[in-house]
Amino acid sequence: MSVFVNKDTKVIVQGITGSTALFHTKQMLDYGTKIVGGVTPKKGGTEVEGVPVFDTVQEAVEKTGANASVIYVPAPFAADAIMEAVDAELDLAICITEHIPVMDMVKVKRYMEGKNTRLVGPNCPGVITPEECKIGIMPGYIHKKGHIGVVSRSGTLTYEAVHQLSEQGFGQSTAVGIGGDPVNGTDFIDVLKAFNEDPDTEAVMMIGEIGGTAEEEAAEWVKANMSKPVVGFIGGATAPPGKRMGHAGAIISGGKGTADEKIKVMNDCGIQVAETPAVMGETLISVLKEKGLHDKCKTH
Amino acid sequence: MNIHEYQGKEILRKYGVAVPDGRVAYTVDEAVEAAKALGSNVSVVKAQIHAGGRGKAGGVKVAKNLDEVRTYAEEILGKTLVTHQTGPEGKEVKRLLIEEGCDIKKEYYVGLVLDRATSRVTMMASEEGGTEIEEVAAETPEKIFKEVIDPVVGLTPFQARRLAFNINIPKEYLSKAVKFMLGLYTVFEEKDCSIAEINPLVTTGDGDVLALDAKLNFDDNAVFRQKDVAEYRDLDEEDEKEIEASKHDLSYIALDGNIGCMVNGAGLAMATMDIIKHYGGDPANFLDVGGGATAEKVTEAFKIILSDSNVKGILVNIFGGIMKCDVIAEGVVEATKQVGLEIPLVVRLEGTNVDLGKQILADSGLNITAAESMADGAEKIVSLVK
Repeated sequence: MSVFVNKDTKVIVQGITGSTALFHTKQMLDYGTKIVGGVTPKKGGTEVEGVPVFDTVQEAVEKTGANASVIYVPAPFAADAIMEAVDAELDLAICITEHIPVMDMVKVKRYMEGKNTRLVGPNCPGVITPEECKIGIMPGYIHKKGHIGVVSRSGTLTYEAVHQLSEQGFGQSTAVGIGGDPVNGTDFIDVLKAFNEDPDTEAVMMIGEIGGTAEEEAAEWVKANMSKPVVGFIGGATAPPGKRMGHAGAIISGGKGTADEKIKVMNDCGIQVAETPAVMGETLISVLKEKGLHDKCKTH
Repeated sequence: MNIHEYQGKEILRKYGVAVPDGRVAYTVDEAVEAAKALGSNVSVVKAQIHAGGRGKAGGVKVAKNLDEVRTYAEEILGKTLVTHQTGPEGKEVKRLLIEEGCDIKKEYYVGLVLDRATSRVTMMASEEGGTEIEEVAAETPEKIFKEVIDPVVGLTPFQARRLAFNINIPKEYLSKAVKFMLGLYTVFEEKDCSIAEINPLVTTGDGDVLALDAKLNFDDNAVFRQKDVAEYRDLDEEDEKEIEASKHDLSYIALDGNIGCMVNGAGLAMATMDIIKHYGGDPANFLDVGGGATAEKVTEAFKIILSDSNVKGILVNIFGGIMKCDVIAEGVVEATKQVGLEIPLVVRLEGTNVDLGKQILADSGLNITAAESMADGAEKIVSLVK
């Protein structure tokens, strides 16, 4: 079991003929992901990496039976690509694209109201269920199959956490990158809910960063609803206020969104927060021991 | 992206949002000419820098005649203003806004921001104008009223009226206040603002509702489709190293410490700053070289880090995923040679082909300290710069 994606997920790649998308299509195919089609307007009828290309998402879905999409479309056109995926009633749309204008995402979110597609991202590394399905840009080989759910706003920091877990013998059920933008689809709470209900996930690593209050809201949700242990890390304790730290959403504004505040609320809600990024794995493992889950989660 | 107050007011004026008449001046003579052309009894001389708190720092003066305009312009132009937003080094004033004075009845606050929790733009208003909204929020939160805006229909007149009534704008100003708020939202939406803050919004003895100040910030990700906004960029107001970094598609932010950092990925870059601090050091910058850390990018990144004279050592922290560690190691070696690095360099590599990468660093004959982990790297660079 896992969340959001598994070995049966059939994926189309939006913007498949772009150089980044081509590179990662090959990587995903090598990993074993079922990439059943691609979409690039005006390139319909062609084929790349052995994958058929269609002009529209609707056609791709009709011809291939895809239930998920990964979006590499450039930022000025990405919002439209997301809405096209939603319109085609895909279960899942994962948007990797960075630098989408905020007003575009505000409209996308409004467009998605009442519709069933789950959006992950934008500005995210994607979703991976180890040894089954990798959708996105993460390095597949660092992930091992197991029982730790990982959810994060950052790409490389997730790889760091996953690497620490895998090195110490703790595989992952699914790793979800929710992205570094201020307006995104799936949030921490959505993923925590899914992990809570997933029989194969025993514990969760939640990686946040400065900006907004998503971590605080997630922590309150964990306190009220979560039956599995959650361990956290928050990046940006040393970031100055008023500066955007790379991610569009990583900004302390009006004294809100600081790491200290987030860590305090998380601790108050029973989430142990790793003191440094170097001990994210260790911190989780010590909590697993405390809860008697160590042996169950040790996969290799 | 930030712009000056006078530029923000130019945009507002184009959208029919009422602002006082005013002109920009780069010299004292231009300031006097501007005041003459405005022809008002009283003019206001306002320092134009990208920071708030100008009034308290002596950057805003009311002049009763042209002689006073000259005196104040001489005083403010070239002066370094230190406000709570400039940092202790302050900012030099290079431009002035000369504006007609107005007969202020009362000051209010109106602002638009993105509310991340609802993914909607929200208009906030308060009758505590002239005070920072954060202060009002902390002390008298009941005096802040909010309207969440549906992007399909935009701010509606009833929402604007409700705000105006809630903040007790007198009836005789109502229609002008509503027009102002609707216009402000149109600017926010059409120009891809990230913040539009009018503090204070004023009612005047002439029956007008005017933006006495205007702070407009723009979404960096949308500047590509806002050519006129892009032209307002004032490089004098930005850090030179940050400008250089943006040319090379590097995400760099200058800080006060002495340990330069070079990292791939924004989250890991922040975390690297944090761990340096944890081990007793002070990061000199945030720098994300992005997913594809090529030799060329690494070289440019080194040059930018080294252009900060406070830097006494560098920590490179790369998680090589898709990009292989041996390729990154070659890039670091090549860049180190090119820039003739003389200060301690600690490199922590992890990921694909990590052993090969470490070997390349060890065989380079350069003075590079390899780190075994992120913690080890942070400890080593902190002890080397001490």
